Amino acid sequence: MTQISDDLLLSIFEKMALLKQNDEKMRASISSGRLVMPYYSYRGQEVIPATISALLRDDDTICTIYRGTHDALAKGCPVDRLWAELGGRATGTCKGKGGPMHITHPETGVMVTTGIVGSSMPIANGLAWAAKLEGSDAVTVAYFGDGASNIGAFHESLNLASLWKLPVLFVCSNNLYSEHTRFAAGTAIDSVAKSAAAYSMPGVRVDGNDVLAMHAAAAEAIDRARAGEGPTLIEAMTFRFHGHVFGDDDAYMGEGEKAERMAADPYPRFRAWLIDEGHASEDRLAAIEAEQAERIEAAIRFALDSEFPPASEVLTDVYEQEMAR
Amino acid sequence: MSQVTFVQSINQALHDAMEDDARVLVLGEDVGDAEGGGVVGITKGLSQAFGCERVKSTPISEQAIMGAAIGAALKGFRPVAEIMLMNFTTVASDMIVNHAAKLRFMSGGQTSVPLVVRTMTGAGVSNGGQHSDYLEAWYAHTAGLKVVLPSTPADAYGLMRACIDDPDPCIFVETLPALFNKGEAPVRGSRVPLGKAAVLREGRDVSVIGYGRIIQSVAQLADRLAGEGVSMEVIDLRTVSPFDKEAVLASVRKTGAAVVVHEAVREFGVGSEISSLIHEEAFAALRAPVRRIGAKFAPVPFSKPLETASLPSLDEVEAAVRELAAVTA
Ligand SMILES: Cc1ncc(C[n+]2csc(CCOP(=O)(O)OP(=O)(O)O)c2C)c(N)n1
Ligand SMILES: [Mg+2]
Repeated sequence: MTQISDDLLLSIFEKMALLKQNDEKMRASISSGRLVMPYYSYRGQEVIPATISALLRDDDTICTIYRGTHDALAKGCPVDRLWAELGGRATGTCKGKGGPMHITHPETGVMVTTGIVGSSMPIANGLAWAAKLEGSDAVTVAYFGDGASNIGAFHESLNLASLWKLPVLFVCSNNLYSEHTRFAAGTAIDSVAKSAAAYSMPGVRVDGNDVLAMHAAAAEAIDRARAGEGPTLIEAMTFRFHGHVFGDDDAYMGEGEKAERMAADPYPRFRAWLIDEGHASEDRLAAIEAEQAERIEAAIRFALDSEFPPASEVLTDVYEQEMAR
Repeated sequence: MSQVTFVQSINQALHDAMEDDARVLVLGEDVGDAEGGGVVGITKGLSQAFGCERVKSTPISEQAIMGAAIGAALKGFRPVAEIMLMNFTTVASDMIVNHAAKLRFMSGGQTSVPLVVRTMTGAGVSNGGQHSDYLEAWYAHTAGLKVVLPSTPADAYGLMRACIDDPDPCIFVETLPALFNKGEAPVRGSRVPLGKAAVLREGRDVSVIGYGRIIQSVAQLADRLAGEGVSMEVIDLRTVSPFDKEAVLASVRKTGAAVVVHEAVREFGVGSEISSLIHEEAFAALRAPVRRIGAKFAPVPFSKPLETASLPSLDEVEAAVRELAAVTA
């Protein structure tokens, strides 16, 4: 087991604190009617991008999915611009044109957020190919779900990435469901990671709710990618606490399944571990949480104080130069 | 004047673009020289000249090809991705329609996808229902894409250079059965601006507006009918989207009658859009309704007589032109 510095552990905790509270605020804002949007909550899955992003650089890139607001935030996408985007404001990351399923912030490497299952992977390959052509050792992370492993693009992408030795991390957040379908009911193989063997790349299944396990897998995959040794498939086992989409009734889940998973919430678990193992004091962690809460409050104020984009924006950014119609 | 084929002029365009700009990349099935330099040789010599990192043969993975092109374009490269036949673009249409076309908009202009999709198609060579379709209307109907369909080797060169220069995703459609036809050689380094039509023949009585191989045949028809006193104006759009509205309207305002023609099926086709525009913006100038000519609304058949019957014919164009020329105001 590699030693993880206290600084790194705290940076992971800081990201997790931001992500957890941000999700809570998003759900509360939808309930109160302040935000009107489809929302695919990531609550319960925070360890995965918090840990991976703590190991990434600004010039590393990610492609993520509709559930990937946590991936974008963990990578560094500014909270205030994110909230303005969720509010459909002109000050949003995408001027209000993308919304929750299309968060983009290239300065922090958030290159694509897609609403199409399976489509983060082919584009991640291209970003990684670009880095390789430029002679840079930057890496690209493709985030996707377990259900996406049954899309053709997953298989095409793994094959191409392995063939071209692209610096990609294929990170599958296996939350045991795709929409309302249980993993085993939709996937013939019992582990997504096993698919890696078909494409001659390493595949690992890890506990995606365990920071240490996640760190070990991600660090190895990133090192491999930076060294030009090619891609890795990581299957991070996890669970989403609030169903597929906001308002989900969970009727398709096993009796007590969700309660059991929520009782094992990785957030308080990691928090307690940090204190018990002497990596941080209760006061220190509480202070980090308070800081993150304040960041989110400020972001919400920024979003609500911002203007909506003018109707003329409908026709801009379709092409570089607006087309005469 | 030296003559070249489409294969030669497009190859030259790719070569010159790669030489001028190190960001230009070529990828697709069999594009490398080890694999023959493309199924008809359009990418011949490129991997030898520019290396196998910039000219990459790919597995038969249309989604992965387009995804790789999109990702590289997002980082500022200028990939030219070959999807061998236009029917195969359907397999990559998520990448083309949901991603290449929309990422600039959905990111609020933060990212862009300056790529070119090269693809071949066209009926008349017994390739049957899944290897012959013209799908340009699908892509023209998608905001964020540009679509070109050259009718001469020189235009193919200039349009390819313009597409590679362009900051937005372009679909470059090659007419497979015409790829070895010859035409005037392009001026190296020249560009044909996107969205600019060419007036192939000037005339007074009827405008015929179209693009691709058939519009060249229509120009020959114009020469023949001119001898009989029927004066046709022939407009080659060259770019399907955005098409040259001004050229179309100026021509129709002059002639007062129009026929639109393309090899794609007529129904819901590009010709319908052009016809609507003419009716909306130049109705007062029209002596008669615009006539649309296209392929029959059926999959392209295999059997020779059926395949021929499915295609728009020059006879149909001639009949429409004669009828319209006879209508007086
Ligand atoms: C190509 C495509 N098919 C179907 C959908 C509808 N859809 C949205 S999310 C989803 C489930 C995906 O499950 P998974 O990949 O496990 O990711 P998760 O939502 O669990 O994070 C489906 C079917 C879609 N967005 N795209
Ligand atoms: Mg899932």
